[in-house]
Order: sequence, then structure tokens, then C-alpha cells
Amino acid sequence: MTIRPIILGGLAAILFSSSALAARMDLTIGMVLEPPGLDPTAEAAAAVDEVVYANVFEGLTRIGPEGAVKPALAKNWTISDDGLTYTFELREGAKFHDGTSFDASDVVFSLDRARAEDSTNAQKALFSAIEKVEATGDTTVVVTLSEPSGAFLYNMGWGDAVIVAPESADTNKENPVGTGPFKLDNWQRGSAITLTRNADYWGDQAKLDTVTFRFIPDPAAATAALLAGDVQAFPNLPAPEAIAQFEADPRFTVVIGSTEGETILSTNNKKPPFDDVNVRRAMAHAIDRQAIIDGAMFGLGTPIGTHFAPHNPAYVELSETYEFNPEKAKALLAEAGFEGGIKATLKLPPPSYARRGGEIIASQLRDVGIDLEIIPLEWGQWLEQVFKGKDFDLTIVSHTEPNDIDIYARDDYYFQYENPDFKALIDKLNVTADEEERFALYRQAQQIITDDAVNVYLFQLAKNGVWDAKLNGLWENSPVQANDVTGVSWSE
Amino acid sequence: MAYFIVRRMMIVLLTLWVASIIIFAMLQIIPGDPAQLMLGINATDDAVAALREQLGLNAPLFERYINWMSGMLIGDFGYSYTYGTAVGNLIAERITVSLPLALIALALSTLIAIPVGIFTASRRGTATDTSAMAITQIGIAIPNFWFAILLVYVFAITLRLVPAGGFPGWETGLWPALKSLLLPAIALALPQAAILSRVTRSALLETMAEDYIRTARAKGLPARRVLWHHALRNAFIPVLTILGLQFAFLLAGTIIIENVFYLPGLGRLIFQSIQRLDLMVVQSVVVLLVASVIFINFLVDLAYAWADPRLRRQG
Repeated sequence: MTIRPIILGGLAAILFSSSALAARMDLTIGMVLEPPGLDPTAEAAAAVDEVVYANVFEGLTRIGPEGAVKPALAKNWTISDDGLTYTFELREGAKFHDGTSFDASDVVFSLDRARAEDSTNAQKALFSAIEKVEATGDTTVVVTLSEPSGAFLYNMGWGDAVIVAPESADTNKENPVGTGPFKLDNWQRGSAITLTRNADYWGDQAKLDTVTFRFIPDPAAATAALLAGDVQAFPNLPAPEAIAQFEADPRFTVVIGSTEGETILSTNNKKPPFDDVNVRRAMAHAIDRQAIIDGAMFGLGTPIGTHFAPHNPAYVELSETYEFNPEKAKALLAEAGFEGGIKATLKLPPPSYARRGGEIIASQLRDVGIDLEIIPLEWGQWLEQVFKGKDFDLTIVSHTEPNDIDIYARDDYYFQYENPDFKALIDKLNVTADEEERFALYRQAQQIITDDAVNVYLFQLAKNGVWDAKLNGLWENSPVQANDVTGVSWSE
Repeated sequence: MAYFIVRRMMIVLLTLWVASIIIFAMLQIIPGDPAQLMLGINATDDAVAALREQLGLNAPLFERYINWMSGMLIGDFGYSYTYGTAVGNLIAERITVSLPLALIALALSTLIAIPVGIFTASRRGTATDTSAMAITQIGIAIPNFWFAILLVYVFAITLRLVPAGGFPGWETGLWPALKSLLLPAIALALPQAAILSRVTRSALLETMAEDYIRTARAKGLPARRVLWHHALRNAFIPVLTILGLQFAFLLAGTIIIENVFYLPGLGRLIFQSIQRLDLMVVQSVVVLLVASVIFINFLVDLAYAWADPRLRRQG
């Protein structure tokens, strides 16, 4: 029986050596989806920004943890009185990861590339106000707009507006070359992406040597990986059912934050009977938001009454505008001439908020006489049928783009809302730069879409952050899609 | 024998060609525009149109099929538009996980199943036999992903002997890599072992009832010698069939296990590519898997013919 001690000794050695190696200058972060590529200017997938935003790539400005615009590659800027000319003063000494220096010509190149005719930037609209971009010195860039744009500095902080170098722009998808405090070390496709500290960074050095993003799609596997210590942080754990377990465990910190995801029962405003505002208001009265949050999201999520993030300073609390009242809903339906009930379809994309929430909504609406046939769709089908084809009655989707209330002013947008007053308001917002005035306009905009009950506003998607209790500096909310690890460190 | 092999090869090629047409046609039916999916819901129409052009999605169907097939013939599996790299590279990366995993699982399952099958067959009707067969029945009934989660809770979370998932890569050394494949291999192997041991047992029992076994026994050979020298070799044909099927299943059918253990294998590649409508990856990997299944069956056919001369003449 001498074999057993040897095996045990060997196992112990393996265990101790691996825990000794983990002298914490490294961090493994869990994410659900793997980014398809690593170029944030080339595709929309949130997973791209969740790896590279602020870590690898930087823009002229950046969005901070509270959602405010901060300087990044532009150290400061001046705006002309007519709001048409932005003069950016750039950082000196910034370098791309391949050693080439960063200067004004890179900014001109990046912005011109993003707004070019053949550009495949997923957020091309961010650049639509730009008329020309000129370098007036090595570190000075002048951007001229065709009309004032109140959100311009914010727009330049999106991941889609990061600055890239002409030498590496075409290969960023596989081999991202940015100016950020981390650079790509290794991408094991299907498994993990490892970033290492960029020793030549122009600003404060990152506190970690290496950061690994590991992709774990399965909720049970994600929970197991955290419990086993294979990953030390899951900024947005896909297993809401496991949150209580982590809260009870002193080894972990649980931070329930907010995302930019307004989850809505999106309604085809041009399709009868949903073109009738009373029918839409009836639906709003028929739905018990808290029951959906409890039933579909394990209690995690904030009820909303409009298309705006509750953590935003301009948010208006409208979630009680249409209180839960099935009798009132029935009365409104009768008033609209639908005593006999309504038959309609509910098309659901794959995420669990939609699939689980859809079941509950269908049962709540059935109670007031709206009978829904549930049709589950894959994302590709959803984009084709619902988003492009507008062939739907109702759908559930989370709009995760930040500050996107302006979609209600878009012509031909999939839920087909048309209100000239709202359009005028957004036009005014676009040319307003003063913050207080902008907030006032945002508040008005929220009120209008709630009065019109364009969609049924359900809840703000929560960000279920779980990480090792010794870890500091991860974001509580996600005002942009990002896992900014530039300020993350381990405490002793 | 040469005629037999040539004839079989022709059938293999024909099957592959038909499979490629079916796979290509089926993927064209999948609704959705890959370019729109990549750029998301805020993309402008001209950005989507520009990307479609860039990805070559505007070429006619027939032309795309011909391009794909002619590429495959010279070993070019096409280009993944979501990963921005050659599909051949992706496959090469992933096969270093899937193939060892399948081989370890197959080895484990065979090492468990054959002895169990022989042992229970030779003790037919005893309490050992009955309880072993009851256990294999449970083994067949338990879904492997559930068993996988159970293994993770015991060996990764509680005992912390192995990682809960992921694959560090072979470059980190043989042991760390093998360690991360251990639980998935066990999870895959046990249900397979349950099936294989039942097949071994019943094949052996059937052979034991043959006349020549009785003759061998009658001429005074001890039971053990009859079992090992006469029965076992003849019982091997059905066992070989199941082994061939199982290897194909282990190579292609590990999608769920690879997701539970977040392993970067072929199954996960297909899964991710379908979600992203990266059709070039899906069709090339699926054709490759079809080819490997057909090839394994071809080998099994050859093994039959080698074992049973009558089959050679029939072709």
C-alpha cells in the first residue's frame, strides 16, 4: 500500500503548485459569448467590445463607469460657438502595440474609414454628422460637422469609433493593434483570449499582468467554473438562479448592476389592432412587470415605464403610468371594440428573458382576452422576419445600445412608430449641446412614448456581477458594453 | 479482394458527393442574412450591402457550390467570415481537442466494456451478472451532460482535482491538457461503455449457443478455453460494428459535452458557427465529419470482409 501516498503526494504537489502560481497578477474573466473577431469597428457583437473596449482600443473619448464622457486619446477639446467645429488636442507619446506612433493622421484615417461609402461599420450613424476631418498639426485634429450634434463627444466614445492605424486596420479582426494598456497575447479560438500588459502605455500602467477572457456559454458550467476557481470573475453571470448561492458564500462578491438593455414587449404599431393606442394601453395595464421579473429573471431586473435606463440622470420614473389592472385593461379593450378578444402572435428570439418572459406575458394577456400564439425564432430568423420584414404582431427584445431613445424617431424602424412631434423633439435634441437642456428634452421624449404606449416597457436587464471577494475595480453597471480591466487589481 | 475495395471506394465517393449537395442545399434554406447578423440592428442598409459584397454572398448559388467543391478537392476548406481566417486553420486547431477526446473516450469505454461483457457472459444468470446489467441499464438511461455536471461538482468543485472545464492547449504540457480532457472523456465514455458491454455480452452468449461451441465442449475443451479461443473471435463482429458507430458518434456528437466543459472542439465550432450563420464553416466541418463517418464505416466493412470470406465474394 505504498502507492496511495505517492499518488496523494503527487496530487497535493499539483494542487499546491497551481495555487502558488496564482500569485495574483493575473485574472480570468468568464463571458458567455466569444467575439467573432476583435475589431470593434467591423461588427456589432457586444462580445467584441466586452474584450477590447478601453483595454486594447481607445477612441478620442471614452465612456466611464458612470456613463459620463471622459478624455481618452484626446486629452482635451474645444467646441466652436456654433457647435460645428470640434478641435481635439491629442495625447503625445501614445503608441500602437506594433510600435508605430499615434498621431493626428491616425484619427483622420479612422474617422474617414468609418464614414466612407464602402464602410462596414455597424454604427455608421454615429459618424453621419461629420462633414470633414482634418489634421492641423501632429497632435491637433479639427472635426467639422454639417449640423450641430449634441451627442458627438458621446458618440466618439463608442467602441465603434476607436482609433486604428492604417498599417493594421485590415487585420485588427484577428490581430488587434490598438493604443490601450493591454495587448493581445493569444487567442485560442472557441476557448479563451489572453491579454498582456502593454509596458509602453502612455497613461497609468494596468495593475494586472495578464487578463484571460474565457468563454463559457452554459449556465451550469459558468457556475461551476466560478466555484472551482477556474474563473475569478463573471461580470454578467448567465445563471440568475445561482445568484443566491453566491451571495451566501463569503468567497464571492455579488454586485447586481444595471445594463443599457431596455427589455420591451415590442409592438407593431402599424398592424391592426395594435395601431390602436387603447389596445396598446390595455396591454400595458394587463402586464404585471414584477411577476415577469420574478418568474423569468429570478427577481433580478428593474421595472421600467419607458425606453430609458434607470441609472441615467435624465431618467423619468414612469413605471406606474399604467398600473397593473386587468379590469382596466378589459375596459380599454372593450372601448376599442375588442370585447370578443384578440388573436395575435408573439415571436420570441432565443435569450431566456424572451423565452421565459414570453410564457408569462402570454398567460397574463390571455387573462384579459388577448390570445397569443408563441413562435420561437433563432436570431437570424428574428432579424429577417421581425426586424427587417416587420412581419410580426408582438416580440420581446432587449435594446442594449446606450441612449437609444432616438430609434423612435427613425423612419421605417421595425416597431413602426410615427409621431412628428417626437421626431421634432429628437431633431432638436441632436442640435442641443447644453447638458441641462438635453436632459429636459430626454425627459419629454420619455413622456411622449409612454403616453403613446408605443411598446410595453418591461424591465431593465440586470448585470449579474459575481467575482472573487478579493478583486477590486470591476464595473458595477455597464453604461457601454465593456469589461474595462484597466483599473482592476487584487487586494492582499 | 481488390475488386471489393474498389467497389466500396466508389460507393464512398458517391455518398460523399450526395452528402455535400444535401448539406449545401440545407444551409441555403436557413433563414437570415449573415451580414445583417454580424452588423446588428443598428447597422445602416448600405453598410450591410457593402459587407454582403465583401463576403461574396451575392454570387449565384451554383457558382458558390462549385467554388466550394473545387476548393475542397485541393484541400481548401474556404474562408470563415466571422473569424476572418481559413476554415482549414480552424479545423486544424479544433481537431487537436476533439480527436484526442474521442480516442480517450473510446479507449476508456472499450477497456471497461469488453471485460465487463466477457465477465457477465461467463457468469450468466448469477447475481453479479444481474446487478452488472442493471448498472449498464442505468448507464444507458443517464444523459451524459447530466453525468458531466455531477462529475464537475465532485471532482472539480469539491475535490478540486481537475479544472471544471476549458482546455489550456497542448503547448502547456501533456498533463495539464490531459487533465482537462479527463472528466469530459469519462462523461462520454460511461454511457458508451454501458451499451458496448451489453452488446459484447449478448454477442458472446449468442455465439456460445452455436453448434461448434457445443462440439468444442463435447471434445473435452475446458470452458475457459472455449470462451477465449472459439467464442470471443466470432463474437467480435457485432462488437466491431458498435465500436465503429461509437467512434463516429464521439467525433461528431460531442457538441453538448463540449459546451458543458467549454472545450474548443469541433462540436463547439459547429454550434457557434450555426448561431452566427457562418455557413462556410458549418458546411465544411459537416462534410468533414460525414467523410470521417463514411471512412470509419468503410474500415469496418473491410474488417468484416477480412473476418468473413463470404462477404468478399458478395461485394
